[in-house]
Amino acid sequence: MPDLGLEVLLKGNNMLRLLQGLWAAVEISLVSIVTSFPLGIILGIIMTKENILIKFLTKIYLEFIRIMPQLVLLFIVFFGSTKILGINLPGETSAIIVFVLWGAAEMGDLTRSAILSVPVHQYESSKALGLSKTQSYFYVILPQTLRRLVPLSINLVTRMVKTTSLVLMIGVVEVLKTGQQIIEANRMTSPNAAFGVFLVIFILYFLVCWPASIAARQLEKKWS
Amino acid sequence: MADYILNIRHIVKKYKEHIVLDDLSLEVEEGEVIVIIGPSGCGKSTLLRCINGLEKIQSGSISTNIQGYTGNIMDMGVSRQKIGMVFQSYDLFPHMDVLGNIMLAPVKVQKREKNEVKREALGLLKRVGLENKAKSYPRQLSGGQKQRVAVVRALIMHPEIMLFDEVTAALDPEMTREVLDVILALANQGKTMLIVTHEMKFARAVADRIVFMDEGKIIESNTPEKFFENPETDRAKKFLNVFSFDNKIS
Repeated sequence: MPDLGLEVLLKGNNMLRLLQGLWAAVEISLVSIVTSFPLGIILGIIMTKENILIKFLTKIYLEFIRIMPQLVLLFIVFFGSTKILGINLPGETSAIIVFVLWGAAEMGDLTRSAILSVPVHQYESSKALGLSKTQSYFYVILPQTLRRLVPLSINLVTRMVKTTSLVLMIGVVEVLKTGQQIIEANRMTSPNAAFGVFLVIFILYFLVCWPASIAARQLEKKWS
Repeated sequence: MADYILNIRHIVKKYKEHIVLDDLSLEVEEGEVIVIIGPSGCGKSTLLRCINGLEKIQSGSISTNIQGYTGNIMDMGVSRQKIGMVFQSYDLFPHMDVLGNIMLAPVKVQKREKNEVKREALGLLKRVGLENKAKSYPRQLSGGQKQRVAVVRALIMHPEIMLFDEVTAALDPEMTREVLDVILALANQGKTMLIVTHEMKFARAVADRIVFMDEGKIIESNTPEKFFENPETDRAKKFLNVFSFDNKIS
């Protein structure tokens, strides 16, 4: 077996540190997801309204978030808050703000398209049964929308988890940063540690995202 | 005042410049079964959709005289519950089982008691031969079964008028039969119905009156016997010839 320098993970509490770094990433993702998904669903419902002003504003918001690389958004919030507002936001908070803005935008668009993909006769038959608009939404349209949303939003979850690797650029010590620190510290004694550490990080990311994918597939099967 | 249950007076329906219903009038008596036939695009489905308020009319009036409710149908409210409709596309709610589909409107709209509604739902399902499908989901049902559930879902609201919009158009012959039998049974119970269909034999069997439409107008309104044996208008003759193969042999 080639030398992967895995022994560095057994030194001191390196493995524990790596897991703590992973937790930092997962924590940012979790908080962002839990906050941004409900916001996104509400945004998505708003986006289906035929109001020009609403359409215009939400479109600008969505396109801005989409066009900007996440890294730029992180910089704008992290450095901008200090430079423009004079507040010193911690890296984690900045990261969560950016991820919530991003998640809400993406989730909003997914929700919008999921609502619009419910066939028109579903609206009509609930109307024909005498259901009010709110009742149609609540009992007929939204339940179907949420079922359509699950696979799409799990995809967004895994993208978010992976994108947390960027937050090291604003000084948050997460799993990738910890990995780099371990590699740097052992460069002289284990020059191959980069292979082993990154391999382990790869596996860790996989272990976080895989269950989500499985859950999505199960739900999809159950509801299709 | 006549004992009509539905009075359609000079309605005009346009999609932009295209006229779909052109100054159309029709009176429906209580217990009457009217079958509307005509070529595609003649406006027959649109007529049903206007009666149910799914489409707005540009002029004219549709009024009802349903027990305790007289007035213009456009001020929907209560009267929509009094008009049941079944569509061509299977429109069951896919995320609910059969019972959930049937019980949603009576429980949520009419605020009826759950157990009572359930009892009635099971009774109606039995009548259409689907008592063992109460817990099935729409995806587990055949097209004919779905349409029968859709009929039950409309019936449980106790509508005074039932509208059927080409409910068998997407079904194969056997399934068509099982759905038509359900509608025929309703007709025998004296339910007021407006039926749009392309099944001519069924139309003849079920109708009290045939309404033949073309280009947004009622061309001929007649008893089924007269209409099918001896139509008054040339347009109706031409239309009916399409269904006959007698002339092709000679």
